[in-house]
Amino acid sequence: MTAAETGAGDLLRIEGVTKAYPGVVANSDVSFAIAQGEVHALLGENGAGKSTLVKMIYGLVKPDAGRMIWRGAPFAPSQPSAARSSGIAMVFQHFSLFEALNVAENVALGMETPPPMRELAARIRAVSEEYGLPLDPSRMVGDLSAGERQRVEIIRCLLQSPKLLIMDEPTSVLTPQEVEILFQTLRQLRSEGTSILYISHKLEEIRTLCDRATVLRRGKVVGACIPRDSTAREMAEMMVGTTLTPPERRATEKGEVALGVSDLSVASPIPFGTSLKAISFTVARGEVLGIAGVAGNGQDELLLALNGELRVAPDRVRIHGKSVGDLGPTDRRRAGLVSAPEERLGHAAAPNMTLTENALLSGAVRQGLTARGFIDWRGTEAFAEKIIESFDVRTPGTHVAARALSGGNLQKFVVGRELLQSPEVIVINQPTWGVDAAAAAAIRQAILDCAAGGAAVVVISQDLDELLEIADSFAALNEGRLTKPRPVQGLTIDEIGLMMGGAHGMEVAHHAG
Amino acid sequence: MLKLEKRPTPSVFWGRATPVLAVALTMVAGSLMFAALGKNPFEAIRTIFWDPLFGEFAWYLRGQLLVKAGPLILIAVGLSLGFRAGIWNIGAEGQYIMGAICGAAVGLAAYPTESRLIFPVMVLAGAFGGWVWAMIPAILKTRFNTNEILVSLMLVYVAETVLAMASTGFLRNPDGAGFPGSRNFSSYPAAANPELLAGTGLHWGGVAALGAVVAAYVLLQRHILGFQIKLAGQAPRAARFAGVSPNRLVVMCLGIAGALAGLAGMFEVTGPAGQISIDFNSNYGFTAIIVAFLGRLNPVGILFAGLLMALTYIGGEMASTNLGLPSAAIQAFQGMLLFFLLACDLLTNFRIVPARKEVR
Repeated sequence: MTAAETGAGDLLRIEGVTKAYPGVVANSDVSFAIAQGEVHALLGENGAGKSTLVKMIYGLVKPDAGRMIWRGAPFAPSQPSAARSSGIAMVFQHFSLFEALNVAENVALGMETPPPMRELAARIRAVSEEYGLPLDPSRMVGDLSAGERQRVEIIRCLLQSPKLLIMDEPTSVLTPQEVEILFQTLRQLRSEGTSILYISHKLEEIRTLCDRATVLRRGKVVGACIPRDSTAREMAEMMVGTTLTPPERRATEKGEVALGVSDLSVASPIPFGTSLKAISFTVARGEVLGIAGVAGNGQDELLLALNGELRVAPDRVRIHGKSVGDLGPTDRRRAGLVSAPEERLGHAAAPNMTLTENALLSGAVRQGLTARGFIDWRGTEAFAEKIIESFDVRTPGTHVAARALSGGNLQKFVVGRELLQSPEVIVINQPTWGVDAAAAAAIRQAILDCAAGGAAVVVISQDLDELLEIADSFAALNEGRLTKPRPVQGLTIDEIGLMMGGAHGMEVAHHAG
Repeated sequence: MLKLEKRPTPSVFWGRATPVLAVALTMVAGSLMFAALGKNPFEAIRTIFWDPLFGEFAWYLRGQLLVKAGPLILIAVGLSLGFRAGIWNIGAEGQYIMGAICGAAVGLAAYPTESRLIFPVMVLAGAFGGWVWAMIPAILKTRFNTNEILVSLMLVYVAETVLAMASTGFLRNPDGAGFPGSRNFSSYPAAANPELLAGTGLHWGGVAALGAVVAAYVLLQRHILGFQIKLAGQAPRAARFAGVSPNRLVVMCLGIAGALAGLAGMFEVTGPAGQISIDFNSNYGFTAIIVAFLGRLNPVGILFAGLLMALTYIGGEMASTNLGLPSAAIQAFQGMLLFFLLACDLLTNFRIVPARKEVR
């Protein structure tokens, strides 16, 4: 068996930890151990209980039962500062940085007793060079890329010389090159004796980086493995609990151009957003164009410009040759374009409205749910029921508020609502973000089915595996510019990384070090 | 300690129960205030809530109820549409005044012609006056992104000045021996808005208020515009995704609210008030804001809230004359009603649970 039973060399042992929230048991009798100087993966789908578990280790949440043993002594941190003083540091998935302050100031804000600014800047520089994470302490955080912001968080942790570093989904914002840099840093930390608890659902990453893995499903430990000796598929099936079927592709003839975009430039309506710069591409009937890119490179803006929330000159966007650039969302729907924005609650769906009302939200035009402005509620409810049934949305009924659905279920509802409108052009941003593997597979299959039915599809995603799985052609957004789309067949990961860009000068740092 | 926990879905029970709870809490807190003022709290509460309906002078006061509730409901229904969409028209008082002036001006221009067409044209003119006044903040907001709260509120004071000009200048009664104020519509039947059923206090304004309640109910429940109004208020970005034009909503909501407030003013000036005078307006436009929220921005709720608010007005007046309560105390009492309602509103979306100390 694994080292969990050896005990002696363990840095942290979790024994029978249980935590329940009203209506849901987040962790049930969870036990595992992290050894000194290992990279331990915590693997599980969204909602498997990973976050609750690390929050307990970090002192944000108290367990209802069970105990934790830190370096041989019982350990019950009452708050994060207690965990930090014991030597535990955490890099959260969502950064807590102030954009209007510089790097050193941000680091100082996270410290209990910050040293003078000049001394701190020198230490930041030293640590960043030591670990191959170049970072200028005087730069404004607002000017940094997502990868650089993560470095701020990591360096903030490293300044405390932690014994255990917890990283929650660290690579979701990084390009392949940046991931490689991060892994080198983590390996260096491991060689110095620091343990790392690495939370992710990206299996290939875990296989390349982690020494051991503990798999959670529905709050319980369902298995442990040595990632290097397991296949990604084995781990995925352990995580999901069922056998996975990859989406099926039917070879289709490439039809005539359905969506054409030429020289599209538009300023971002979002504060600190990214303007789109001279974007041009076409998508044919039956084709899936995958658009990759690290978050914040213009994905949201591109969706808004395509679905009509942002208006441009008429001929910049064309659907079946008809200029629609100056039309709003309703007219673009009428022309055959449907879209699913990334943010489910608040953008794609109104949180406090029922599923029926949310079905009306974007379905009114193409489903003919209104007559002379009066709403056909019965028809709308039937449409909502059809979405729920076709996309296996788990909900007590159509009367439930959107916010009561779990993220994955709501995503299925939102994507289903668009795909069921017999669209000619589909634009989806992050189709499977935060969705469990089974639902993600279902969504991808539904997208491919629509494409096979003759729809032109644009999928914007940060999940490269997903894009490579479903896209026919591939392009990347980088600081508001789109690379020329290329056929997916024959693309290498290196080429993709170069298309995505954004790893400014990082390779150099490691080669030098 | 107690803490608040967000409900997965808004509670239907508390949505209905909070107005009742708020009224009850207002009575309790109001009693304490009246007691602190040295009055008998039970007598005060009875004077405010019971006497106007069932007391000695109820035969007269019941009629006053509809007279006062009519304009409140009419204005509040219009305001509620905007409030639902997140468009804050605070200037209904000004729209009410301008509706009254326009409606009255058309009627007085025709004086002394007798024709059945005069009153309907005045109704249209009244609605138009309120609408135009509301279009000023609407256009400034959509064109220059000004704040409609400030602009609509400031226009109330402009409207009051216009009212003073009208009653001392261009609408002054030529036969009025130089006193400020227009001709009295009660002596001009073609343009008057009389009580429809003797003793009820119901005039055309009350009929219009009922019509507005029904129309707003249908709009919100069955019409796509009503859906868009709710959507824009709850989730502005989802509304844009749905294709709702924010500017169009601003114009629609302010326009409807302005027209209804203008109607209320027109019915008031031709009916209960009788004439344009310097102090014609009596804060209906502001009180309607409270009524709209008391009615939970729901047309049927507003119907009841308007009646309740009218009751506290009439009862409050009785209390200040009969019991010697200062009028500020009555206003504070009405303020409590809104305060408790907004506070109780929390229960719709949150539940109170005992906090476990160790959990953050």
